[in-house]
Amino acid sequence: MRVVTLRINGDEREIAVRDHWTLLEALRYELGLTGSKQGCDKGDCGACTVLVDGEPTLACVTLAVLAEGREITTIEGLAPRHRASGGEGADPLQEAFDRCGALQCGFCQPGTLLSARALLDRTPRPDREAIRAALAGNLCRCTGYTQILEAIELAAGEAAGVEVPTPEWMADLRRAEGTSRP
Amino acid sequence: MLRLPAFELARPRTVEEAVGLLAEHGDRAAGLGGGTDLVPNMKHKLVTPEVVVSLAAIPELGGLAVAEDGTLVIGAMCPIAKLAAEERVGAGWPAVAQAASLIASPQLRNSGTLGGNVMLDTRCRWLNQTFFWRKSLGFCLKKDGSECHVVSGGSRCVAAASNDSAPALMSVGASAVFVGPDGRRELALEELWSTDGVRNKRCEPAELLVEVRVPPTAAGHRGAYGKLRDRGSIDFPLLGCAVRLDLDAAGAVLDADAVLVALQARPARLRGCAELVGGTTPGSPEFAAAARAVAERAGRKARPLPNVPGDAEYRHAMVPVLVRRTLEAAGAGGGPVHPL
Ligand SMILES: Cc1cc2nc3c(=O)[nH]c(=O)nc-3n(C[C@H](O)[C@H](O)[C@H](O)COP(=O)(O)OP(=O)(O)OC[C@H]3O[C@@H](n4cnc5c(N)ncnc54)[C@H](O)[C@@H]3O)c2cc1C
Ligand code: SF4
Ligand code: FES
Ligand code: FES
Repeated sequence: MRVVTLRINGDEREIAVRDHWTLLEALRYELGLTGSKQGCDKGDCGACTVLVDGEPTLACVTLAVLAEGREITTIEGLAPRHRASGGEGADPLQEAFDRCGALQCGFCQPGTLLSARALLDRTPRPDREAIRAALAGNLCRCTGYTQILEAIELAAGEAAGVEVPTPEWMADLRRAEGTSRP
Repeated sequence: MLRLPAFELARPRTVEEAVGLLAEHGDRAAGLGGGTDLVPNMKHKLVTPEVVVSLAAIPELGGLAVAEDGTLVIGAMCPIAKLAAEERVGAGWPAVAQAASLIASPQLRNSGTLGGNVMLDTRCRWLNQTFFWRKSLGFCLKKDGSECHVVSGGSRCVAAASNDSAPALMSVGASAVFVGPDGRRELALEELWSTDGVRNKRCEPAELLVEVRVPPTAAGHRGAYGKLRDRGSIDFPLLGCAVRLDLDAAGAVLDADAVLVALQARPARLRGCAELVGGTTPGSPEFAAAARAVAERAGRKARPLPNVPGDAEYRHAMVPVLVRRTLEAAGAGGGPVHPL
């Protein structure tokens, strides 16, 4: 066992880890931060994506000991980070995912949100091509991706104060809701 | 859940210290770059080192610079993402930048290093699987078993070199610098590989790759990388092709080269490329005909095996297609070629 101090979501957390523990294991099983998902556990799926010094990184192939001294952001840190910089509620990307229905089971969502957050921090108004490229390492088995792309465009557009065209399916949804409700 | 087998982590601060550790522990040690290949392989118990030597705390390995004589010097720990994004690499060595940009996924390019990519272990669909899976199959001769499932009755492993940077670096005449217990040596990347899938690199376990050196390209240099894979977002190559064209002042080809990867245990240069396209001018019908001739030759010579995922017949049919398209892209100053 070694005692390491990890800087996670702005906090310093001291934990005892073994050399062969991954950052993902340390987050989930030592720190109780289960928002980072354990999908394939071998680098394929992106469900374990966290930000290390702002860069999307796979926690399942990163050794916990080697994360010492780096700035780690997990999904649990997004909303507090937003509020610390003067915002209200959750990160606007999280709100946009909610409004666009950019999830089904939600398993891929923490990783996808962190990749998207890193993208918008670097490039506030990415085009769809850039969004697709930035999310290439986050596999989703349910949504079909369209709503995910729309949600990121929505959050980016709103942050820039630009009107974002409402996706066609949203109008359909409103119509459907209008007819099914008394 | 895939637990790593237990090991001790060492974090040397100098190359000498790292080499000392690798020499002391021999086969029981492994160097760790970004870990994006080694960690999954350890999780699958393909390698079970007792001592893992992280190279992350050795500052001198992280560089990416163009030396005074124009040589591109890539430190072994230079992240793939940095290599792919560096403008000078894209301008001077386009095939290298293009190949780097198509390695794995964004997250893996952030952690993965050029050194780890050059030193990537060979891959096979019967090998890169969990221990349980491999055990159910009775293992194979590369690891824990005695049989090859690709070439039945074969006594030699034919797992495929699957590193995208390798053909690109070879196409521009790169060399690898190793430091070992006996000192420093530089060898042409061409010389690094062997056709043995178990160990496809001619270097000692205690030798550390410290940097890759790429000679300057001339004004008329054009290069491109073509990659065939299942999912454009993440997968290893089913086939990779790097092309170099050197044009004279009038725009005609002086010299040319094509290097293929993911067919056999080593990246392999296609012979006779320069003879076929030499003297032709990209954009002309002669160049197009020459590119077709090179492509056909590549198709005739290639023997794709059912080693990596993907149907071998399909991969064979795609050899001439990818070679021709990559030659044309290089000729037009474009690329990468990434059909999906
Ligand atoms: C899902 C997935 C998809 C991938 N897709 C691709 C792909 O499309 N193309 C591709 O090329 N790769 C791919 N990879 C493999 C890998 O991510 C990259 O090859 C990466 O560049 C490896 O670098 P690394 O630093 O992480 O290597 P590591 O895992 O750290 O090391 C790889 C090997 O090299 C040795 N090594 C590392 N550094 C040195 C050194 N300096 N000297 C001596 N030996 C050293 C290690 O001991 C190990 O055997 C993929 C991986 C995954 C998990
Ligand atoms: S080529 Fe044969 S021996 Fe080599 S890894 Fe594949 S099945 Fe195993
Ligand atoms: S859990 Fe890490 S990439 Fe799938
Ligand atoms: S919402 Fe289920 S994996 Fe993406």
